[in-house]
Amino acid sequence: MSELARELPTPDLLYSEVEEDLRSSVRDLLTDRVTPAALLARAETAEPYDLKLWKTLAADLGTAGLMVPEELGGHGATTREAAVVLEELGRSVAPVPFLGSAVLATTALLGADSADPVIAELLPRLAGGELTGALAVPLSTAPGAEFPATVTVNADGTLSGRVGTVADASVAELLVVPATGPDGPGLYAVEATAATVTELVSLDLTRRVADVVLENAPARRFTSGEQAVAALDNALTTAAGLLASEQTGLTEWALTTTVTYLKGRYQFGRPVGGFQSLKHRLANLYTDLVNARATARYAADALAGGFDVPIAVAVAQARVAPIAVHAVEEAIQLHGGIGMTWEHPAHLYLKRAKSDELAFGTPGRHRSRLAGLVDLPA
Amino acid sequence: MTVTAEDLRGQVERFLAAHDPKTTDRLEFLRARFDAGLAWVLFPEGLGGQGAPRALQPGVDAAFAAAGAPDNDPRRIGIGLGMAAPTILAFGTPEQRQRYLRPLWTGEEVWCQLFSEPGAGSDLAALATRAVRDGDDWVVTGQKVWTSGAHNAQWAILVTRTDPDVPKHQGMTYFLCDMTAPGVEVRPLRQITGEAEFNEVFLTGVRIPDSQRLGAVGEGWKVAQTTLMNERVAIGGNAVPREGGLIGLVAKTWRDRPELRTPELRDRLVQHWVESEALRLAGSRLRQQLAVGAPGPEGSAMKVAFSELNQKLTGLEIELLGEEGLRYDDWTERRPEKVDFLGREAGYRYLRAKGNSIEGGTSEVLRNIIAERVLGLPSEPRVDKDVAWKDLPR
Ligand SMILES: Cc1cc2nc3c(=O)[nH]c(=O)nc-3n(C[C@H](O)[C@H](O)[C@H](O)COP(=O)(O)OP(=O)(O)OC[C@H]3O[C@@H](n4cnc5c(N)ncnc54)[C@H](O)[C@@H]3O)c2cc1C
Repeated sequence: MSELARELPTPDLLYSEVEEDLRSSVRDLLTDRVTPAALLARAETAEPYDLKLWKTLAADLGTAGLMVPEELGGHGATTREAAVVLEELGRSVAPVPFLGSAVLATTALLGADSADPVIAELLPRLAGGELTGALAVPLSTAPGAEFPATVTVNADGTLSGRVGTVADASVAELLVVPATGPDGPGLYAVEATAATVTELVSLDLTRRVADVVLENAPARRFTSGEQAVAALDNALTTAAGLLASEQTGLTEWALTTTVTYLKGRYQFGRPVGGFQSLKHRLANLYTDLVNARATARYAADALAGGFDVPIAVAVAQARVAPIAVHAVEEAIQLHGGIGMTWEHPAHLYLKRAKSDELAFGTPGRHRSRLAGLVDLPA
Repeated sequence: MTVTAEDLRGQVERFLAAHDPKTTDRLEFLRARFDAGLAWVLFPEGLGGQGAPRALQPGVDAAFAAAGAPDNDPRRIGIGLGMAAPTILAFGTPEQRQRYLRPLWTGEEVWCQLFSEPGAGSDLAALATRAVRDGDDWVVTGQKVWTSGAHNAQWAILVTRTDPDVPKHQGMTYFLCDMTAPGVEVRPLRQITGEAEFNEVFLTGVRIPDSQRLGAVGEGWKVAQTTLMNERVAIGGNAVPREGGLIGLVAKTWRDRPELRTPELRDRLVQHWVESEALRLAGSRLRQQLAVGAPGPEGSAMKVAFSELNQKLTGLEIELLGEEGLRYDDWTERRPEKVDFLGREAGYRYLRAKGNSIEGGTSEVLRNIIAERVLGLPSEPRVDKDVAWKDLPR
């Protein structure tokens, strides 16, 4: 046993009763409000996000503030609970900015000094679901990446620069912007109205990416130097680790939907799910799901407990991202022609799973990071 | 006396001397090429060919292409060339061959394939579209689905049920259906890419003259088998140069964009390069085999491998692109004129490639064919063999 392994605390990989309660209230809401037909109808309108649903989820169910301490207006829960919400959001590909706002922007703020006036003002509003935020980095940015240099701080303290493919930015009111100035790196709060935010044509129809352009945009710095670098990295690490739960949700959807379909689809005079070659494929997907869930739960628990985080997150993204893509690809294949149609929701899941695979670094990138972390040099 | 590569080279030269590709009208050129027996050289004389070995075709095509000759646009007329033509050749009456093959080859008449139905995809023999005899005509009613390119087609190959009282494989009949006939309604069916490349086709009391029947009444399954065998070869067995197809696109991105490279991606890319090259050679070998016989189940293996490789390559391409991979070019619902696996951008290619393992027979069904017909493994117990079609569970 390696040095590292001996010191690990025993993780809690199950769901608590509180977590199950949270899951069922989120699931009830999503089952009610997110139907495939509604998703598709919305996808091509000017309002691809369901902001009414987001209000209910963020404010009424309190999911936006799960990871925020009570004294800062949150619920004082942890990444474990946020992970459960993401599983459900993955199962329904709900078009809400939970990842951008409640995970990315919120954890970036949590990495700063809570006494800072910007944090004291903004964090409770984010946590209460009153304000929606986004973190102005490309969604593909991996933990461990260099502090971005695309936005610069001008002499008068305003910001200028451009950031592409920012998740959930088109519905954010608050942009959290990493920028570099004469005094080094810093994280800044920028009103979205002070920036030009242009939604791009996104591969993922239910989570949009946007271009953010800042031209002398007024900004308030809330952390700088080492602390800013650490806060940004923590936001990306947390998001990468929690994304594995969304990916687990996608995997679960793919499996259960396909099983149901194949039990009822007759060809050659029998349900196609009865052919052993397909049964084995579904059994493999189930095996993958078992792995995905444990891995994602471990990342969520490690993030909550502050142990083994880099390895837990790298393992989660290296393992779960490809599982989710494969599961949804299998779902499409096993649905046959119907799976290739626009009307069937499978494509929305494929687009999400593939985008998620790129988000916060591809599996290959996480594998090479992991190689360094566990001392397996090239 | 068999035609040799040298004979053909001479013929092409003489043809080009008489029909300067630069000055000859496109359609006139194509018709003349057909009439000269230089269209599909393996076809019989008078039908665009001269009974030459199939393996000589790529040389002829290459010589025409090198001379800048107009091409007959196989991506647009692929179903006609790949599936309708060999079936008409095998089962058509002399009149049918004369009537259909020339405009099919020149692209004047585009074909689609009315096989699949909502309840009959992999199990094509379960189809329910009825054809009932009425004097010299047949009256056809039913629904087809996933019909690629029906919106551009003048003609369709169509399989119907003519006798519901016998086991399913025995009660089918094959027709050539005029897509402009009254009662044929084509509705766009949008797909995963945003496009409406395929369609639903509703057939309501469509009258098809008996002269458009292909093969005997009740022999539709046998005729359809010929189409399906050729379809697999047509989808998976194109002659491509090294780095032709998707691998070329990804390799180009790799060469042009050093900032995207990582050792891990390089390993995967090289692996796919090797697979692409092997598959290309397997395709050449298959075509050489075909030159001496009809397509067999080897086509199924090619199609399975081709689909999987396309899917792996397009998935890799998106990962390689990173931030750009999060974007898509255009979700607008369009009705494209061609089926194009390589078209547009990475996101489109990734999504379109998902269809490769479904269209033209799913990989699962093709593996069953390989297992049973090539490897001779025992077949699945059949519950539908000796039951009248109308009594089958569905
Ligand atoms: C892009 C595209 C274009 C198409 N174009 C045309 C066209 O032009 N004309 C046309 O007629 N059709 C067309 N099709 C239809 C295509 O041929 C069918 O979709 C295909 O045959 C599968 O049938 P299905 O969709 O009914 O799937 P199903 O038969 O319902 O199959 C569902 C799943 O079960 C699996 N399965 C079924 N039976 C078995 C078995 N015995 N053993 C193991 N697994 C099994 C299948 O592989 C599949 O994964 C097209 C399809 C696509 C996706």
